[in-house]
Amino acid sequence: MNILKTLGIIITSLLLISCNKNEKNEIAIVDPAEIYIKGTIDAELTSPPFVPAPVGNRVAKKLLVNMEIIEKEGTMSDGVTYVYWTFGGSVPGSFIRTRIGDVVEFTLSNHPDNKLPHNIDLHAVTGPGGGAESSFVAPGQQKTFSFKTLNPGLYVYHCATAPVGMHIANGMYGLILVEPEGGLPPVDKEYYIMQGDFYTKGANGERGLQAFDMNKAIKEDADYVVFNGKVGALTGDNAITANVGETVRLFVGNGGPNLTSSFHVIGEIFDNVHIEGGSTISKNIQTTSIPAGGAAIVDFKVDVPGTFILVDHAIFRAFNKGALGMLKVSGKENKTLYSGVKQEGIYHPEGSTIQTMPDENGKKTAEVKVVEKSLTQKMKDGKQVYMNTCFACHQSEGQGIEGAFPPLAKSDYLNADVKRSIGIVLNGKTGEITVNGKKYNSVMTKQTLTEVEVADVMTYIYNSWGNNKTNVTVDLVKQVKNKN
Amino acid sequence: MKTIVRLAVTMLFLNSIIANCQPKMVKIKGGTYIPLYGTNNQKVTIDNFYIDVYPVTNQEFLEFVKKHPEWKRSKALKLFVDDNYLNDWKSDTILNTNQNLQSPITSISWFAAKNYCEAQNKRLPTVDEWEYVAMSNENMPDARTLKNYNEFILSWYEKPKTNIQTIGSTFQNYWKVYDMHGLVWEWTSDFNAVLISGESRKDVDKDNDLFCGSAAVNATDLMNYAAFMRYAIRGSLKAKYTMKNLGFRCVKD
Repeated sequence: MNILKTLGIIITSLLLISCNKNEKNEIAIVDPAEIYIKGTIDAELTSPPFVPAPVGNRVAKKLLVNMEIIEKEGTMSDGVTYVYWTFGGSVPGSFIRTRIGDVVEFTLSNHPDNKLPHNIDLHAVTGPGGGAESSFVAPGQQKTFSFKTLNPGLYVYHCATAPVGMHIANGMYGLILVEPEGGLPPVDKEYYIMQGDFYTKGANGERGLQAFDMNKAIKEDADYVVFNGKVGALTGDNAITANVGETVRLFVGNGGPNLTSSFHVIGEIFDNVHIEGGSTISKNIQTTSIPAGGAAIVDFKVDVPGTFILVDHAIFRAFNKGALGMLKVSGKENKTLYSGVKQEGIYHPEGSTIQTMPDENGKKTAEVKVVEKSLTQKMKDGKQVYMNTCFACHQSEGQGIEGAFPPLAKSDYLNADVKRSIGIVLNGKTGEITVNGKKYNSVMTKQTLTEVEVADVMTYIYNSWGNNKTNVTVDLVKQVKNKN
Repeated sequence: MKTIVRLAVTMLFLNSIIANCQPKMVKIKGGTYIPLYGTNNQKVTIDNFYIDVYPVTNQEFLEFVKKHPEWKRSKALKLFVDDNYLNDWKSDTILNTNQNLQSPITSISWFAAKNYCEAQNKRLPTVDEWEYVAMSNENMPDARTLKNYNEFILSWYEKPKTNIQTIGSTFQNYWKVYDMHGLVWEWTSDFNAVLISGESRKDVDKDNDLFCGSAAVNATDLMNYAAFMRYAIRGSLKAKYTMKNLGFRCVKD
């Protein structure tokens, strides 16, 4: 009897144990390597700032990715061109979207016009070199290799052919997303942004085709720090957009080659940040650090309309080297959340011109004969100087900002005295002035521009927006300079 | 006396004919040097040899194809050429309108280049011979440590479509040879002798002394980069591959 009882107890406890075991099995995580794939699809690839459609809850499949490497000349900034090496023709390269357990069959083609061999190292790959060894490909050839995605997250891919730094510095990087089982939580808008640093022979803003400068790259002395491969890739007409009340998710990468990004959106707080693109979610973050060769997924809800500025908060990079983008949010204002005066154009790139406080002693310079450029050429070059140096305060059409920066369009103060205006550009200006009947009292810093640049930009201003069409010569600029 | 003069005249005449038919070659005086990449950084000794002054042109290769129909685009064995072999030509024996007779021939495989040279009683240069001639600038036999020599090579990597220029459009070097840099890559007989896998981190492991860890780029670094790219392109090739930016020239003992 007793024996029976004990047996019964033993049996029931055994049963209990086995039930527990079963429950545990249900909770246990499936080994990603064992995920069964069903069917084959072509991967949708997109150029920045767009991303392919979410994976959602589709099953794991064989995913065919075809990517072409193209070496081509592109625009770095107004009047500055650069030979980019690209994955899929854009910097950063095409966005690849997968889910955990997918088998990615990756075909890398090297365009026949290219000069150099390339390869690809995907940080999402578990295998030697991240695929680099299997994908080393000569111009006019293609290589195929495949891998299974074992870890969810947002990963960088880049070229790893020596000199690696040079290939990355020329734009050979992009992002590949591995979504978890069931996909990421849905949002209204998703965008693809990747920061990179560029090193050119000429200084920031120096015109013409700029060659890569290995010296500066090794010293980590970047001329341009930009989102999506060029200055202005995400500003003005290229800004990304959303409507009030929507949730926005940004897939942010950092190609480097050298600099860490302090990614921040002015006027927003990230509700969720997948730290370093991994599985840890941090909430309510102002600025997130993205290492070179790393990424982060950030999302936030936009509650009020206006322009939100994306920056690398190492702030000189944002306003003087190009790491500045815009998110334009349209919709109804919500005064309880934000009551401020809405003013467009507080945050604009300021260009690379060195600004100094006004002083009283101008320097005498030696006389050099300068050949005057044609008016059309001056207008063209002057506009570039303007967009680089003056546009942040005086705005695109010279309208200025009331109460802060005087207008240059149809400006009585400007048209009254050319020499005085040149003097202000050369030496700066403090104190109260009256322009078109309105008082302004702020500081204009002294601009470090060459005499030719001053002549160009002044000519541009005088011949735009209803001003008196003065053609400002280099000699005139010299006169004003040497009078002080 | 008269006969001798006559003979001499005919000899001269014949000579000039031969010179006109044969693309010009110049003599390279051998020597000993250390290639940038190679087996264990050992000195290499080069014997005297002759080298073509210019890369082989479209016109020269066209004549070769007419004489050796087995190298026509439609006839060439797939074992020896890939699908892009001479793919810019209009047909087997006609160039395209945008192709210049005096531009270097490209889109040819190693087999085709080797056969061409053998048909002229010549051969392809070895990597060591090619590098030996290529390390000179306008006025010195070894300019590898000069900044502007390396910058010229590096800047060529950024220039698109240099293969459509005509031969002789770059500088004449110390040996009176043209276009070693700046026009097209060139085949060598033992192009795969230095194994570069394209997985740079591994490549660097193999040749630790190639990249010094100095903080500034000195000429040696530039030189390494300029040359490394050449070895990388060689490492990425197979003998049947053809490339739009890859031509060749021949040498003779």
